Amino acid sequence: MTVVKWNVRAGAYYDSVVLMQLQRGLLGLPGVLDAGVVMATPANRDLLAANNLLPEVVTANPDDLLIVVKAESDASADDAIGKVDELLARRKSSTVSQDFRPRSLSAAVKQLPEANWVLISVPGRYAAGVAREALELNKHVFLYSDNVSLEDEIALKKAARDKGLLVMGPDCGTAIINGIGLGFANRVRRGSIGVVGASGTGTQAVTAHIHELGGGISHAIGTGGRDLKSDVGAITAHQALDALARDDETKVIVLISKPPSPDVATNLISAAQGTGKPVVIYFIGYPPPARKIGNLQFAISLSEAAEIAVNSNWELVSGQELPITNYYLRGLFSGGTLAYETLLGLQSFLSPIYSNAPITNYQLLEDPLHSKAHTIIDLGDEFFMVGRLHPMIDNDLRIRRMKQEAADPEVGMILFDVVLGEGSHLDPAGELVPVIKEIRDSRLEIEFVAMVIGTDDDPQNLQSQVSQLQDAGVTVFRTAAEAVEYISLRFSASKKNEFTHVNLDQLKQPLAAINVGLESFYDSLISQGAQAVHVEWKPPASGNEKMAALLARMKSKS
Amino acid sequence: MNIDEANTTAVNRMMEARPILKAVATARDVIPGMKVNLFLHAGPPIEWARMSGPLKGAIIGAMLFEGVAASEAEATSMVERGEVEFDSCHHHGAVGPMAGVTSASMKVYVVENAEHGNKSFSNLNEGYGKVLRYGAYSDEVLKKLHWMNDVLGVALADALAASNGIDMRALMSEALHMGDEGHNRNKAGSLLYLRLIAPLIAKTMKDNAAMAEVLQFIGDNALSVLNPVMAACKAMTDAAHGVEGSTIVTTMARNGTDFGIRVSGLGERQWFTAPAEIPVGLFFSGFTQDDANPDIGDSAITETAGIGGFAMATAPAIVTFVGGTPKDAMNATLEMYEITFAESKFFTMPSLDFRGTPTGIDLRKVVELGITPRINTGIAHKNAGVGQVGAGLVRPPLGIFEQALLAYAEKYRL
Repeated sequence: MTVVKWNVRAGAYYDSVVLMQLQRGLLGLPGVLDAGVVMATPANRDLLAANNLLPEVVTANPDDLLIVVKAESDASADDAIGKVDELLARRKSSTVSQDFRPRSLSAAVKQLPEANWVLISVPGRYAAGVAREALELNKHVFLYSDNVSLEDEIALKKAARDKGLLVMGPDCGTAIINGIGLGFANRVRRGSIGVVGASGTGTQAVTAHIHELGGGISHAIGTGGRDLKSDVGAITAHQALDALARDDETKVIVLISKPPSPDVATNLISAAQGTGKPVVIYFIGYPPPARKIGNLQFAISLSEAAEIAVNSNWELVSGQELPITNYYLRGLFSGGTLAYETLLGLQSFLSPIYSNAPITNYQLLEDPLHSKAHTIIDLGDEFFMVGRLHPMIDNDLRIRRMKQEAADPEVGMILFDVVLGEGSHLDPAGELVPVIKEIRDSRLEIEFVAMVIGTDDDPQNLQSQVSQLQDAGVTVFRTAAEAVEYISLRFSASKKNEFTHVNLDQLKQPLAAINVGLESFYDSLISQGAQAVHVEWKPPASGNEKMAALLARMKSKS
Repeated sequence: MNIDEANTTAVNRMMEARPILKAVATARDVIPGMKVNLFLHAGPPIEWARMSGPLKGAIIGAMLFEGVAASEAEATSMVERGEVEFDSCHHHGAVGPMAGVTSASMKVYVVENAEHGNKSFSNLNEGYGKVLRYGAYSDEVLKKLHWMNDVLGVALADALAASNGIDMRALMSEALHMGDEGHNRNKAGSLLYLRLIAPLIAKTMKDNAAMAEVLQFIGDNALSVLNPVMAACKAMTDAAHGVEGSTIVTTMARNGTDFGIRVSGLGERQWFTAPAEIPVGLFFSGFTQDDANPDIGDSAITETAGIGGFAMATAPAIVTFVGGTPKDAMNATLEMYEITFAESKFFTMPSLDFRGTPTGIDLRKVVELGITPRINTGIAHKNAGVGQVGAGLVRPPLGIFEQALLAYAEKYRL
């Protein structure tokens, strides 16, 4: 017959390594068949239950130390439980003469003043508090802990941004700063590729592959999985992009995320355009606008992102004229697929963008007769076709709409297609050019862009159509892809970054860090040759919530 | 109210206090509220019934010394009839090691804080062996007390009267550079004291034989300076008391039964107490942990002021108390930085690159981190009169800091 006995110690926090040693010690005792020693978090309880080590009557909180022993007899089980303190003490006596381990972040900072980074892996509900303290001490934060509330994440990241500090996380698994891996990171050579990663394993896969291909990493900055959601607005990713853009050692940037919120993606892609460096983007599950636009290349897999980055000697194109940032684009298409392809390409750059033929529902232009913000209209849509000829034959509708758009003071660019060929209007340029000239007489700043589809054998004479348009000041392209690239550059927000820059010197200094939480992260820093101090962290007021709440109130008074 | 600002004020007052040993005088002449039949004792206030053996013994001894009782039996029955009063030394600006019993006719050191003007007092140190402060009251003990009062005390009084006083802060700073931590080890400080006082005694004392006795007594006793050091610490911590909103601990004291603390921003007589722990340490041969009395004495005023156990890093000679190696001593001091508000401007430690000692225990940090102050201490035998049985380390119960925090929250409506 087997006996299961347990012991719950409220508010006793131990590092998992200690608990594992204790568990091994218990297993070595006579008559003990199995033992589990864990902090009683739901996950750990499940683990015990899976091993038949969690009798249903056991109640314990996540902060409690739970010791369960399965033994051959009552006596063996009691004996084992009775040895717990002795086993815990045995470890202590062997560590009496080790270096002092601070208990608070402020003491750790005094011990290692050159530390610019604080790694935090304490239980989630305490993590924000520790992170706040780190920011107050002007340290960058690598926040491995999960279960940090969204409000806390936003507040922490805003506070950090104001001080030019990074909060990587919460739930950030990987970063490589100046050659030293934080959290879970692969050992990769140093090099010229910078990574901004909202996905921990994604960053690992890309950095490892870059290494395999012979490339190297300057810095890989993690952001945490929620950074690219609307609520957070990619605060960390923007800071990281900006830092890598300014970092001389970084020649290429890779940006990786699980599907971002569309508005966030748009802003981030614009920021990536503004870096002036080649940027490889892989937003898993997000439709890329093109393979390559200006300084951006869109990858279709993690490994391909690495490959592009390593072979990134592509030529950079940049808009020569001043960008038209504060105006809107109106695209007036006769060809439905051309409209659709253009929308697909531009949705990554222009936000908000609407269409009567949207790709996703929120892009739907409710009233096709009135554009708003950036708009792509398919004039060949059934809605417009009642009692009318197709716009490839009859330019009347498009001319009227062109005038309507030009009357809108917010419009800065009008895009249209000209589709030549059999059956089409015989001189579309000839009808459109006078209207364009008329518009430009009163509003010279409105730019016209056309994509002309046709061949030199077509009845309309491709060359003459293009020349007529060009003579009227229209920028002409032969493919939607080229037009999209051009437009995205013209609208590219070379907006100045409004936040305090991350101090690059801090990224370039030999990494020194303070570790709060998982001891293995400290061990890994040391084994990589970084300077580090481990904080012997415990929940505030030893888990006494009344006292902890009181102390928190007092903090607001100091 | 800003807590950090209040604490800055309190800790600065503590550090900038300038304790000068000015005089030796008779207790009833100098200690406020001192009177015949009043017996001051170490630690928080306590009634007779709850007093431990050493404290009861010391009170009986002091009554015999004062001549108010002729025997132990008479003394005990007087106490039980309520004919004598007890009070905490701390309520009178005084401190005393171990039992700390101080009575009206005893000679006491007078320390004046030249910066803020407050005064503090401490009795004279009796040396080792059978002594009143450990509850002994045999004829031999009383005889020595009388000699101390009539010969030693007078010699010290005359000597100090012929001087401008002794700058205790300077003496303590220097002793910390000579291997003392100022609580359990006062060897260097006592010799410095002897160096300063000897010429003054030679100048004022006529009787050479008596002078030799006096100098021998001071020189033989490596704890001679402990009492003036404690009085100096008391002058410093009293200067830090009463700062509105401050969470700095201004008193830690034990009466052999209870451990008590007071806090700067809380009441003058507002003690937070819990049963004192039994110190853990090394024992003189023939004694064991079982002989130890619960923690006793006002000497934890040294830690309150930032020396003693807090300055372990500078006292490698006594590292065996804290685990055995100089690194352990270093770690002991580093741990105390966790719970203190400042680093001393005047007490520095060569082994830590002359970093200031951890100064000003912050209630908030103690409760937040669950780290209680380390106190180096002598250990008294639990029975009256046996004396010191060892020395070691003790910490106050965490609960009294939590109590104090709750009282703070109540007072300041947090």
